[in-house]
Amino acid sequence: MTRRVVITGVGVTAPGSPGVKNFWDLLTAGRTATRRISFFDPSPFRSQVAAEVDFDAELHGLSPQEIRRMDRAAQFAVVTAREAIADSGLEFEALDPSRIGVTIGSAVGATMGLDQEYRTVSDGGRLELVDHNYAVPHLYNYMVPSSFATEVAWASGAEGPSTVVSTGCTSGLDAIGYAADVIREGSADVMVAGATDAPISPITVACFDAIKATTPRNDDPEHASRPFDASRNGFVMGEGAAVFVLEELESARQRGAKVYAEVAGYATRSNAFHMTGLRPDGKEMAEAIRVALAEARLNPEDIDYINAHGSGTKQNDRHETAAFKRSLGEHAYRTPVSSIKSMVGHSLGAIGSIEVAASVLAMQHDVVPPTANLHNPDPECDLDYVPLVARDWKTDAVLSVGSGFGGFQSAVVLANPDRSAR
Amino acid sequence: MTEVVVTGLGIAAPTGLGLDAYWANTLAGVSGLGRVTRFDPSNYPARLAGEIRDFAAEEVLPSRLLPQTDRMTRIALVAADWAFADAGVVPADLPEYDVGVITASHSGGFEFGQNELRALWSKGGQYVSAYQSFAWFYAVNSGQISIRNGLRGPSSVVVTDQAGGLDALAQARRQIRKGTSMVLAGAVDASICPWGWVAQLTSGRLSERDDPARAYLPFDDRAAGHVPGEGGALLVLENAEHARARGARVYGVVAGHASTVDPAPGRDRAPTLQKAIDHALADAGAVPDEIDVVFADAAAVPELDRAEAEAITKVFGPRGVPVTAPKTGTGRLYSGAAPLDLAAALLAIRDGVLPPTVHTTLSERYELDLVTGAPRRADVRSALVVARGQGGFNSAMVVRAPR
Repeated sequence: MTRRVVITGVGVTAPGSPGVKNFWDLLTAGRTATRRISFFDPSPFRSQVAAEVDFDAELHGLSPQEIRRMDRAAQFAVVTAREAIADSGLEFEALDPSRIGVTIGSAVGATMGLDQEYRTVSDGGRLELVDHNYAVPHLYNYMVPSSFATEVAWASGAEGPSTVVSTGCTSGLDAIGYAADVIREGSADVMVAGATDAPISPITVACFDAIKATTPRNDDPEHASRPFDASRNGFVMGEGAAVFVLEELESARQRGAKVYAEVAGYATRSNAFHMTGLRPDGKEMAEAIRVALAEARLNPEDIDYINAHGSGTKQNDRHETAAFKRSLGEHAYRTPVSSIKSMVGHSLGAIGSIEVAASVLAMQHDVVPPTANLHNPDPECDLDYVPLVARDWKTDAVLSVGSGFGGFQSAVVLANPDRSAR
Repeated sequence: MTEVVVTGLGIAAPTGLGLDAYWANTLAGVSGLGRVTRFDPSNYPARLAGEIRDFAAEEVLPSRLLPQTDRMTRIALVAADWAFADAGVVPADLPEYDVGVITASHSGGFEFGQNELRALWSKGGQYVSAYQSFAWFYAVNSGQISIRNGLRGPSSVVVTDQAGGLDALAQARRQIRKGTSMVLAGAVDASICPWGWVAQLTSGRLSERDDPARAYLPFDDRAAGHVPGEGGALLVLENAEHARARGARVYGVVAGHASTVDPAPGRDRAPTLQKAIDHALADAGAVPDEIDVVFADAAAVPELDRAEAEAITKVFGPRGVPVTAPKTGTGRLYSGAAPLDLAAALLAIRDGVLPPTVHTTLSERYELDLVTGAPRRADVRSALVVARGQGGFNSAMVVRAPR
């Protein structure tokens, strides 16, 4: 009998105010958390908007030493994991620590810390032979983002298989798929899994400027993220984390846990095409969707809602629209599709997990979040993108997809574990 | 359950580019350690490294790839080519989604990142390369290898400090068990640049000695840190049925794996390396007596050497199994180290010989049967590879001779 994996705890630190409740309130109200960058003066840059988290690490229970040794992304991960663990109601202290593992997704690791520290040890870029006497003692933890997994393991008491998954902008989906596979094969019974990124730093802004991937709509930050709209012209960078408690279904049922959803299917494929480009046909994403549905033993018609990658670049929006049609056929036209990046921006590796959080909350509340700022859809994007207003919608099975630099295309299928199998 | 075998090895190490050069030098006890040449190390407390000295990317890669790749990616692309050639496959000839690539990374394209950070802070944001958006990030090797070889199957990247290489191989085994025929897996790392050096120094684990023969001495009374190196190995993992059907030469079977993370300091709980070894053996369905050699992590930090020696002694008994650490000749290759050890273990199985641990004189305080000096003849049917990472990561993998 195959072991099945369910989500029993959710934590979210998303742009705006942290916490699951604030996140869901923002999404269902169709409000946006995008604004002019406040972390540094963005005026030298082409794109000056981002979706920032109003985050006070001390207020969220981190000690001064934890704050000092952790990059912002690690801080997000730990605080968010604690919310998920508390939400699960699972007594972690009573479990065998070797049966608990950790999988944290992150595309760019401690970019913010590395950017700041490089500036210091190079004395503002002046020194080629950077000066080790000015290095902070925890610089190695910035260099190697598996320090995020260590921090979450320490926060949760996990001693089982623990790692960071770093597949660019699909990291947040791939981390959940990875963790689910670890439970299924029997290497762990509980996984604390999710993703984090805090990329809003000059180096990241500059590199996306260089390829014009981010929007220059600086005069209207609140409406700058416009997936599927004809006027969209790039994504808005975000930050944040979402972390889940994943458990084997039977043990979750035995303890009477609140079950949000089963991680029913997962697959990832690569386009082997271009590090940043996408072919318009969406073929590899469609294949990932097909395999994830097969693993979930669901038909295309069983999908009630699609949580899109919806980054707000022309090539992405057309690519995934094609992928949905290719994999779901006529059902793609009948299924609500939305992009929460319109409200919380694109937090690179974290967003896949944040979107899974939105998906399981949609299942819990039978409400589908909208695509904000969508007034005039691109004529080539002709699906139902749930413009502007959240929708009451019976949601038992969700498809969440992601697409990333490096050519990664991933799909996760979340479903009510009591659904009837095909 | 689906058996997963290794059918190709792509090796790039300071002691040799390519399988044959690496293995001949490793058996001969050649050391690849020396004073850093890629920058002037005079003002840093650590000055030795295991550098790859004879790699000319422009001779083996298309020129359009050079401006968009870090050194580690260039080496990885070439190691991938060698691995597929060694396996006797052209991946593009296989069905479209049949081949994936799963690598581990330690610190991404750190040198590329260094150069762009310098451009940003010394000149301004408009001088940052368009390639910075992907050339430095942790996923870059998998992405570039996928594109160069047309690999559309499941691909991924794991980061588990210096234990990640084994975790990547384990994830490749998972994907093959789920139905993919072939996955290229392993890791190549290279971050020998001033910015990488300064970040490495803060780990507190670098040797500050200047004599290459006395700098990296695991299990030795003189142990005082390690020498960093660059390189690694990429391996072709394959469904055993698939390999058999195409008449492939098989190096060995990926028989077992487990990984753990140590408890937080001050928790009053035991470290978990022994558990990783026990679980890997159990996963392989093996008892300790069946293991013919252990490739040790060999940190060369006294406290870590003690922990590893204790774990090995507890599982196998005092001097109960030959132990070796050929990485003493290459330096620690970060996530590339463990896949290279796994390749060496498979070559030990092939040739019936255990490569030596160079430079080290075994301390009397460890009850290990450490292979030093000359290589040792042995009938090797099964090998255990151990890898550890900063932050408490432990990973262990068992490989077996082909049937």
